[in-house]
Amino acid sequence: MSETLTTTPSETSLEDFRAEVKAFLAANCPESMRQPIAEESDTYFGGRNGTFKNADQEKWFNAMADRGWTTPEWPKKYGGGGLSKAEAKILKQEMRALSCRPPLLSFGIWMLGPALLQFGTEEQREQYLPDIIKGKIRWCQGYSEPGAGSDLASLQTLALSSGDEYIVNGQKVWTSYADKADMIFALVRTDGSGKKQIGITFLLIDMETEGVSTRPIKLISGKSPFCETFFDNVRVPKANVVGQENAGWTVAKYLLTHERSAISGAVDGDMMTPLSYYAKKSVGLTNGKLSDGLLRSEVAAWEIDGAGFKFTLDRINEEMKAGQAIGARSSFMKYYGSELNKRKYELRLDCQGRDALAWDGEAYQGGKIARQFCRTKGNSIEGGTSEIQLNIISKHILGLPS
Amino acid sequence: MSYVLTEEQQFLKDSAKDLFKKAPVAMIRDLRDGDDEQGYSTELWQQMVEMGYPGIVVSEASGGMDFGMRALGVLMEESGRSLSASPLMTVGVSAAIIEKHGTEGQKAQLSSICEQGTVVALALQEGSFYKPEQSDIVAKKDGDTYTISGVKDMVADGHAASSYIVTADTDEGVTAFLIGKDTDGLSIDKEFMMDSRYYSKLKLENVSVPTSSILGSAGKGKKVANDVTNIANALIANELVGVMSEAFDRTVDYLKERRQFDKEIGSFQALQHRAADLYGEIEIAKSLAVKALDAIDEQDFMAPAICSMAKAKCVKVSQLATNEGVQMFGGIGMTDDEEIGFFMKRARVASQQYGGYAYHVDRFASMNGY
Repeated sequence: MSETLTTTPSETSLEDFRAEVKAFLAANCPESMRQPIAEESDTYFGGRNGTFKNADQEKWFNAMADRGWTTPEWPKKYGGGGLSKAEAKILKQEMRALSCRPPLLSFGIWMLGPALLQFGTEEQREQYLPDIIKGKIRWCQGYSEPGAGSDLASLQTLALSSGDEYIVNGQKVWTSYADKADMIFALVRTDGSGKKQIGITFLLIDMETEGVSTRPIKLISGKSPFCETFFDNVRVPKANVVGQENAGWTVAKYLLTHERSAISGAVDGDMMTPLSYYAKKSVGLTNGKLSDGLLRSEVAAWEIDGAGFKFTLDRINEEMKAGQAIGARSSFMKYYGSELNKRKYELRLDCQGRDALAWDGEAYQGGKIARQFCRTKGNSIEGGTSEIQLNIISKHILGLPS
Repeated sequence: MSYVLTEEQQFLKDSAKDLFKKAPVAMIRDLRDGDDEQGYSTELWQQMVEMGYPGIVVSEASGGMDFGMRALGVLMEESGRSLSASPLMTVGVSAAIIEKHGTEGQKAQLSSICEQGTVVALALQEGSFYKPEQSDIVAKKDGDTYTISGVKDMVADGHAASSYIVTADTDEGVTAFLIGKDTDGLSIDKEFMMDSRYYSKLKLENVSVPTSSILGSAGKGKKVANDVTNIANALIANELVGVMSEAFDRTVDYLKERRQFDKEIGSFQALQHRAADLYGEIEIAKSLAVKALDAIDEQDFMAPAICSMAKAKCVKVSQLATNEGVQMFGGIGMTDDEEIGFFMKRARVASQQYGGYAYHVDRFASMNGY
């Protein structure tokens, strides 16, 4: 991403930039876009069939996309913001100060874009990045298969060479929003003869191609964005390979590291309210102490671990700025963050009793806590299970033999 | 604040590593087996004094180095790694307390602390547990003197001290006194603990002291005790980080060496996952311990809560790390020849000093309104 590097702006120009950002946000982020996100339609996902919930959402998205600020640090020549790291940080700070919603949520931004910037050809960047930035194309991710979960490299979706095309056959699972996406970036097998990690190719497939179909998956928490995606003799141009044929595992690993740090930092939209707040509200106090003594010590132990995890993320951040590579520590972050979140929701049930058990009804926000509780069980499965993260820590941090 | 060490702190860490190499775990074994009267090497302590360690948190005006708690924490972590016994922590805490709360006359003692390593011990605990907010010892006022009778417990380095910070109850509430060891009616009983170090019972029988020996002012003993609790636990948390990290490193090395079933035992997933989980817990403990030091240095209003969080977490993780160590070393871990047991023993005593897990979890929850 060398294009994004600009000379370090002076302190005064950064302060000017901050003033500009403040003025821009004040003028362009409508009041309703500064409210907490209550449901999925409160955020814009873009795509060929993307619809805005209301005029405010459209106005906010367009204002940000025009400036390329849906992807602040991506190069200007593709339509990105072209901001330096310092400027992007200011934008983030000012957006947070006003509680601005993200203007666009997109797998293209989180995952495919970074892969294209790292591994894509110039033609691919010009073809795909502008549409990600402007929210025109919605992407989904096709990695896991029914027989390839933790052992992802054993995937079997076949892409057979046929002239300048591949013919793809197979099935993907856990493809979030596949039923709403326009394109999928998928791992397919182009060679089955050698070691399983070799012979995997990173391929971009249009979901409107004949032979692609999807089916939604209902989770233990109820409705979900997850789907199964089927490929039945799907013809894909070879120009859609990212990186080299048979070298897709490198691209996939790069993206998984991205995904892991993202999951560890954003497992829960409700990080700000202390667990003890719910405990106090439901259980009550006796002589200034939580009325249930056992629960009190468990809540406190969780809050100590929660604070310790936050401080540790700060520390790792600082160490990275000082030049240390994050390396396999992203596996630790993913492991600890997701286990912590699961423990938190177990305690939410203990702290809130009936209120946390209700599955429906307005009084219980449609069973929000119970459903979130169920959903947290996936935290330690998606993006590499906790057990896989422990394997990675053992091997790559502790250097234990295999 | 910063988690990454400054150049000055890194330099200090390196010099501490060199120094503590001269005081390896074998030293505490030798002191124990030789029934050493002191329980620590006076020669090592003298070297620390020459390097300025006792005055590390004392202001330059009072003869110290003014490096802050973060710097002393770095030393504590290194001493934890080598299990080096010395009055370093006791002196660090009492110097900080005297500088903050002491009268001008009391502060004059700081120069001998910094220059000669004079030990001022902390006598706050009564009975089996640390609960310094209250005292059952009564200091009776009569004119310009107070008369004190009672017993203090678990006084670290009490046998090596030339004076004591003692809390007692007065009409004004809990009050802290600074009392010289030669005061009539004061005596010391050394007790040998699991970590091969001495802790003392401090006996006061009609000890009569002038009002000028009050540390700070009458009725302000709770404030003194609160500061002791914060500082001592932030430092012990960092010592425990050293203890758990060294125990863990040795355990991981052993997993790579020891062979059973024709393989290194570290190749077994049952052990790998426990080791990897422990790695994460140590990372969390480390961050909390460093944060506690910084919170004190920056006079963060959250410092008391963070110090208790750090201690509570470091108690739990040092327990886990040393237990896993003994278990993974197997039979050899149970022998006195193998050093892993020393780490377990130090961790247990350090955990109880200045309040154990339950004390600090309670303190943290209470401070957070539940």
